[in-house]
Amino acid sequence: MAFGQGRGGRGKSDKKAGEKGQGQRRTLFRRRKVCKFCADKIDDINYKDVKLIGPFVPERGKILPRRISGTCAMHQRKLQTAIKRARQIALLPYVTD
Amino acid sequence: MADRQYELVYILPPDTTEQQAGEVHEQVAQIVARLNGAIEKTENWGRRKLAYEIGRQKDGLYVLEVLNGTGELMKELDRRLKVMDQVMRHLIVRVDEEKKVVERTRTKRQQDSERRRVKRGLPPQRQPGEGRPSESEDADDDRFDGMEA
Repeated sequence: MAFGQGRGGRGKSDKKAGEKGQGQRRTLFRRRKVCKFCADKIDDINYKDVKLIGPFVPERGKILPRRISGTCAMHQRKLQTAIKRARQIALLPYVTD
Repeated sequence: MADRQYELVYILPPDTTEQQAGEVHEQVAQIVARLNGAIEKTENWGRRKLAYEIGRQKDGLYVLEVLNGTGELMKELDRRLKVMDQVMRHLIVRVDEEKKVVERTRTKRQQDSERRRVKRGLPPQRQPGEGRPSESEDADDDRFDGMEA
């Protein structure tokens, strides 16, 4: 159980899948992503709370898409308005390069 | 007519003195008072780094005011804030409805959990030391793995 769940480390889990002899299909397995806001029961996604929103705005300044973050539709929508408001008062960047 | 609740955030230049900041606050208070509003709370966030430059400034003094009032008042306030030179940027957001929704989901969740617990023959509130300890090591760091496209 040294590198069991494929936590983070891609290389290791890939190797293990290869040993199983299942080939391609095992390699494609990823751990299921859960909506952070559902999991932590955060009801209020507020534009003032930069600590909460920050991780959903990568370096470039774009909003992290749902397919990557795993956020559910409702919370992504709320997150979107929160990020856009935070941008208006310069708590978050519009663009960074 | 029941008043609505709004949040006003404005940014002042970093070299603003306390007195000047007080003056801006006073002006806001005057407009609010004139149109029968009320300031519920004022919060000074102090100096913060801006995420991008506004008029060559890299920092700003943030002030948050929670206001009760009508839409008319906010319209007037918005107009006046746009004109004020000291205010670099401002944002007015209506909050009462969102607050209500948050409140509702929170109570609903609690009621649901209580009902389920009673059904299982447990006391409605969670006892200390009950259940599994939280799996904190799983919760935070690897939120975004699978990032590779």
